[in-house]
Amino acid sequence: MIHLAGPYALAAILAGLGAYGVLARRNAVLVLIGVELILNAANILLVAVGAVGADTWQAGSVLTLFVITIAAAEVCVALAVVLAVFRLRGDIDLSRASTSAAQPETAPSGAAQPETAEPVR
Amino acid sequence: MTGLDIAFAAVGLVAAASGLLAVTTRHVVHAALWLVVCLGAVAGCYLVLGAEFVALVQLLVYVGAVVVLVLFALMLTRAPIGPNDEVTTGRAHRVLAAVLGAGVTGLLLAVLLPAAGPAARNRSGTTNDAVAEQIFGTWVWPFEALSLLLLVALIAAFAVSRMVGAAEEPAGAEADPR
Repeated sequence: MIHLAGPYALAAILAGLGAYGVLARRNAVLVLIGVELILNAANILLVAVGAVGADTWQAGSVLTLFVITIAAAEVCVALAVVLAVFRLRGDIDLSRASTSAAQPETAPSGAAQPETAEPVR
Repeated sequence: MTGLDIAFAAVGLVAAASGLLAVTTRHVVHAALWLVVCLGAVAGCYLVLGAEFVALVQLLVYVGAVVVLVLFALMLTRAPIGPNDEVTTGRAHRVLAAVLGAGVTGLLLAVLLPAAGPAARNRSGTTNDAVAEQIFGTWVWPFEALSLLLLVALIAAFAVSRMVGAAEEPAGAEADPR
């Protein structure tokens, strides 16, 4: 016997954390970590629903496996793109203006980042 | 509160806390390592929910492969060791992102918690036999399409890295990081 409120609450929390990670990170690889958290929230929902209902096709487990596979493919392509961007631009800072692609290391994100000096989290 | 509820609360708390650290820490490599803890705790959640095979695949693919790929990418992009302010946006942007993230959580909770209902449900555990039978029965064509997708993704990743290298080489750029 299990209450579904726990898995649902955890899925909601992980989705919110992932959204925060996607929005608040400047490093492209750390943005991917936020995406992974969102995908895991969806997986928890799938498994939780599949675990308590009459799941004749085992859709909860099987769809979760599919999501994990697609996430692996997504990470593979995304990291290839990140490495390509790193080779072209010299950094993977998503806040930096794309016009600085021709001359990396010349404009260290001054305009886009007025408050970096503050030591708060 | 049943025993399963308590077990789920324990692993769920670990998952939520390490997820929070993964998206807020200023150490770039620590973020990936906290992601390991978070994904491992999510695998524990699957175990509590009775999906052993999914938990094992989560450990193998996510913790074993995806996080290693992320760590590889961090090293190849010369991630700085130690705390670094450059990995997060400015304060106003972060406050806005936190509000939006809390909004996502609140919206999902408002929708999902009424759907969960107050009653405890019987856990109808899924056996590995049943999962295997369904994967290679009902879901066999989506499964084959997924294997094709993985192949295409691998070739695409290879092509992306090759194309950039070929475009860069005639220009005589500096040393290739790969």
